[in-house]
Amino acid sequence: MTVLARGGRPPRTPPVNLLGGPALRRAGLAVILLAACGFPLVFTNQQVASIGVDTLIFVTATVAWNIFSGYSGYISLGHAVFFGSGAYTAGVAARDWHITGPAEFALLPLAAVVAAAIAVPFGLIALRVRRHTFVVITIAIFFIFQLMAFNLSFTGGTIGLNAPFLLWSPVTFDQRFFYIALVIAVATIALSWLIRRSRFGLQLRAIRDDEDRASGLGVRAMRVKLAAFVISAFFTGLIGALWFFFIGQVLPDSGFDPIFDLTVALMAFLGGLGTAAGPVLGAVILEPAQQYLTQQVNNSYLSQILLGSVFLLVILLLPRGLVTTAGERITKWQARRRQAAAGPAAEGAQPGSGPGTPDRLGADQRPRGGVR
Amino acid sequence: MTASPGDLGDRLPGSVLLRAEGIAKAFGGVQALGGCTVDVTRGSITGLIGPNGSGKTTLFNVITGYERLDAGDVYLDGRKITNARPQRVFAHGIGRTFQLTRIFARLTVMENMLVAAQHTGLRVRNPLARAGGAADRRRAMELLEFTGIAGHAGALAETLSYGQRKLLELAYVLVADPAIVLLDEPAGGVNPSLIQHIAARIRELNAAGKTFLIVEHNMDFVMDLCGHIAVLDYGTVVATGPPEIIREDPRVLDAYLGTAEDDDDAAQR
Repeated sequence: MTVLARGGRPPRTPPVNLLGGPALRRAGLAVILLAACGFPLVFTNQQVASIGVDTLIFVTATVAWNIFSGYSGYISLGHAVFFGSGAYTAGVAARDWHITGPAEFALLPLAAVVAAAIAVPFGLIALRVRRHTFVVITIAIFFIFQLMAFNLSFTGGTIGLNAPFLLWSPVTFDQRFFYIALVIAVATIALSWLIRRSRFGLQLRAIRDDEDRASGLGVRAMRVKLAAFVISAFFTGLIGALWFFFIGQVLPDSGFDPIFDLTVALMAFLGGLGTAAGPVLGAVILEPAQQYLTQQVNNSYLSQILLGSVFLLVILLLPRGLVTTAGERITKWQARRRQAAAGPAAEGAQPGSGPGTPDRLGADQRPRGGVR
Repeated sequence: MTASPGDLGDRLPGSVLLRAEGIAKAFGGVQALGGCTVDVTRGSITGLIGPNGSGKTTLFNVITGYERLDAGDVYLDGRKITNARPQRVFAHGIGRTFQLTRIFARLTVMENMLVAAQHTGLRVRNPLARAGGAADRRRAMELLEFTGIAGHAGALAETLSYGQRKLLELAYVLVADPAIVLLDEPAGGVNPSLIQHIAARIRELNAAGKTFLIVEHNMDFVMDLCGHIAVLDYGTVVATGPPEIIREDPRVLDAYLGTAEDDDDAAQR
């Protein structure tokens, strides 16, 4: 009993490589990036190019949302606060400081910083509570901001704000926005990936699984959650400002739009909440579909009804998202294949797995499935 | 009760590592703990027993910062840590497990181990550095091998059996090398051979100098393992002493009268 087989058994589930080895994975990423870079050169049709920019905006927003909500498990339905604040910051600054033309892009970092600064008091209030209460508080704070946009004098009230005019031809307009959005999206995705594999990300995911247990193991939960919330707000505000420049106008209910919150949440859920690639996938699938419908059907209500239906289907059929579900399928398939390959020959070949080791002990008490 | 850490150091014998002094805690009208004092000697395995509802887990929660106490003080190594938050208590050197095992279900077993390895004290580390450096991973792997679940390091923790979860909890508490480990029912709901395995691991750690405070309903386990036992009943300590004395103490027998319910309770888990 006391003699334990040192490293006797191979791991039951080796790490899954969805895209093969690291070299193949790198090649795949390079191809995707090249395709993204070539997109506006191939599709010069203005409607399609515009969908490309919108998609990148939502890729960024969803990845930013996932850095907080996906990794920590705290579902925020108030991220439009940061999106709108970014847009309004850029709008107010451009108006009051008389900024015109391409110089407006210098305001993007300012918009991001303002959104991040708003996230500090917002987080300190909302992050005291968990789960459903947290969701409700984020919605409440969202409506406070929307009301402020309607009623404060410097926001332009119901008329909203106009972005500085850009003297770009329609084709270059979309192309330039596409590349700016692409840079921001790639930076956000890279940071999201770095965070996920870092100690910071591990602490966030530990908080998602059991916050009290995590703090009992030395995780400073409040600090970690707040940091993720602020980082998430930073990129949401940044992309909010870019969206404002692209659209050319912000209104209280377009900047602070409850549909925005539902959309980013749905995109993340569809792709795989808490994964690095999931939110990108979700946004790339849903945003073009939604834009296409809006352009073709000329009826925004229909696309909203469809959005709601997709949300229901995802929650019912794919609660863990495409990336996670696919990963589980592949793991199962690999395990089956390994078992079949090992076959009866492996029976006697595992001296470390005698009946006394804990690998076998308690096997009868294995929890019976169940959804977490 | 107002003693500063300095003068308590003089009052306490140097051998006391953890002292919970005059702890009181009420939930609404229910007095869970009514001024109980428990000492844990450095290098000992101390048992904490008592019928259900006697306040054992509440005492654990108060010591580790999960509940705020109404009165009393907690000292670790002569240092007052009363009402410190859980992450501070852990940083001070108290690790604990829970009665119902609490693991990070959607992290791998190795990642579970690395959560506890994140504790850095005052050292500033790059937060974006990859989780778990080589040294952390090596130490985590050693502990997984020690508890006997190293073969599952890459598996998601939710795939572990109940007994393996108990072992994982024991392993990740040890990662940060706490001065004292509080175990809440380490033998609860696991099969007899695994109980033997867990007891052997605890004994081995204790021989290497680790101090334990253990809440447990399994009397054979406690009497066999612990050098010193405190008995709680209705939130106060009714008896303390070595197992052979406790076994014969009439107050203990009295407190445990009708202990058939305990067995039912254990079976439910």
